[in-house]
Amino acid sequence: MPHILFGRSKELEIEITEYLDLVNQGALTFKRDLKRYVQKDFELFEESLTDIKKIENNADEHQKDIKYKLYKYMLIPESRADVLNIIEEIDTITDLAKEVIYEISIEKPVIPAGLESDFLELVENSAEAVDMLVKCVRAFFEEISQVNDYVNKVHFYEHQADKNEERLKRKIFSDQCEEIEIAYKLQLRYFIEEIAALSDQAEMVSEDVSVAAVKRRI
Amino acid sequence: MIEVIIYLSSGLFLGWSLGANDAANIFGTAVGSKMVKFSTAALIMTIFVILGSVVSGAGASHTLGALGQVGTLPAAFVVAFAAAVAVSWMTKLSLPVSTSHSIVGGIIGWNLYSGYATDLSVLREIVGAWIFSPVLSAFFAVVLYFAFRKWLNNARVHLLQLDFYTRWGLLIVGAFGAYSLGANNIANVMGVFTGIMEIPAYNLSIFSFSGAQQLFLLGGIAISVGVVTYSKRVMLTVGSNIMDISPIGAFIVVLASSTTLFVFASAGLKDFLIMLGLPSFPLVPVSSSQAVVGAVLGLGLAKGGRNINFKLLGKIGVGWILTPITAAVISFILLFFMQNVFIRSVV
Repeated sequence: MPHILFGRSKELEIEITEYLDLVNQGALTFKRDLKRYVQKDFELFEESLTDIKKIENNADEHQKDIKYKLYKYMLIPESRADVLNIIEEIDTITDLAKEVIYEISIEKPVIPAGLESDFLELVENSAEAVDMLVKCVRAFFEEISQVNDYVNKVHFYEHQADKNEERLKRKIFSDQCEEIEIAYKLQLRYFIEEIAALSDQAEMVSEDVSVAAVKRRI
Repeated sequence: MIEVIIYLSSGLFLGWSLGANDAANIFGTAVGSKMVKFSTAALIMTIFVILGSVVSGAGASHTLGALGQVGTLPAAFVVAFAAAVAVSWMTKLSLPVSTSHSIVGGIIGWNLYSGYATDLSVLREIVGAWIFSPVLSAFFAVVLYFAFRKWLNNARVHLLQLDFYTRWGLLIVGAFGAYSLGANNIANVMGVFTGIMEIPAYNLSIFSFSGAQQLFLLGGIAISVGVVTYSKRVMLTVGSNIMDISPIGAFIVVLASSTTLFVFASAGLKDFLIMLGLPSFPLVPVSSSQAVVGAVLGLGLAKGGRNINFKLLGKIGVGWILTPITAAVISFILLFFMQNVFIRSVV
């Protein structure tokens, strides 16, 4: 009997690995799409719009499957609750990424000239925070002693994204952009906050992972 | 026959209360935190307690016989009954109590009543084992903690696999714990009867069950009934009380305390150590609860904790002294009644 059950835990292991791969792909696609948009490559941006949706759908399917298997197969109840929480929280990130890309495609905000590099930096840091979070979660499963290193890295990138967010907002609402109407400014502020929200969510999940890792100590 | 059953009933009651209370030492955390189903735990306990009792129960029983060979069946009934009363009474007062400490008190009560001198060297051996067992259990826990920490750091086991191993590990050490509990503590339940009752050996084709083993089987069944009927609520209390122990921590605690019980029960291990010229452990019934407390303290120390719960240590000390004295006094008084009111010879 043990090897049958053991096979099941292996199955769940693979499912979680694939799920984390999808979250990673989501962050990379998010970065790629926004880069195209900021660099005004609108045609390519619209062409690859469905990529992020496919990833998000696929991740949702995996998430459902993992939930089901976590309950069905052997797992210590307390760690089951922790794993479930992490998987659910991390899913919000992919949802958020898809939402931002689609809303940009619908609303088509105009990025003011001269602020492109600031936008790209914000996107970069936010995506990097997600990347570090995925590494952090992988470490939680495979090499728990490394979790804290990655938690620190997530914090670092989240902090950078916060700074980018503030700087961008200040520039938009300063004299530098006085020719832009207030409605556009508010729209830009909304998107800046949404992009930065990815790193905020990554930080929140990393805190949960950190607590779950402490609980796993002997 | 009916009289014999009545006389045995006090031992069986002691067995029942042992099963009801001590099963939680072995499966408390696992069942309390829902890692192992109660029915699974009860089944494993039942099988292995009986196995431990029948296969390895003789050693510690022999030591109790050496402390004082209670002479008649009515006397044995009183001694076991006194021990059971002391256990129930002290449990009611929320004092930590062990059938091992209690039965020794009961036997000493009989020695005092009947005028037989208590063999002090045996008593020293027993009390020494009581004091040493939590210390040994703490030592095992420390060693296991460092060994497991090293293994976990090097082996890079996936969390899901680790959970899988932990769950099976808890079942396996639970079986070992139940075996050790049966082997070590069956002496408390049936030890006073084995020297008195002449039961012919029962031969199966390959195996032969001695009279004592048949009594141990009966005692083992009594412990199992205690496990099945009453231990669940104790386990749920224990499980929620020590939730800060991680699943692997629970595994270490059970393994350390079970090993302690095992070394004080296994005649095979004793012979092996003597053969190697190493110091051996006396075969003495010790308290499984105190072994668990020792292991938990050891684990806390290994993790770098500095807050040793002196109140808990004090309570253990009280258990060593107060329980045997209480049981001895009750035993002495009840023997007087048995002799003079019920007119049954107790000497």
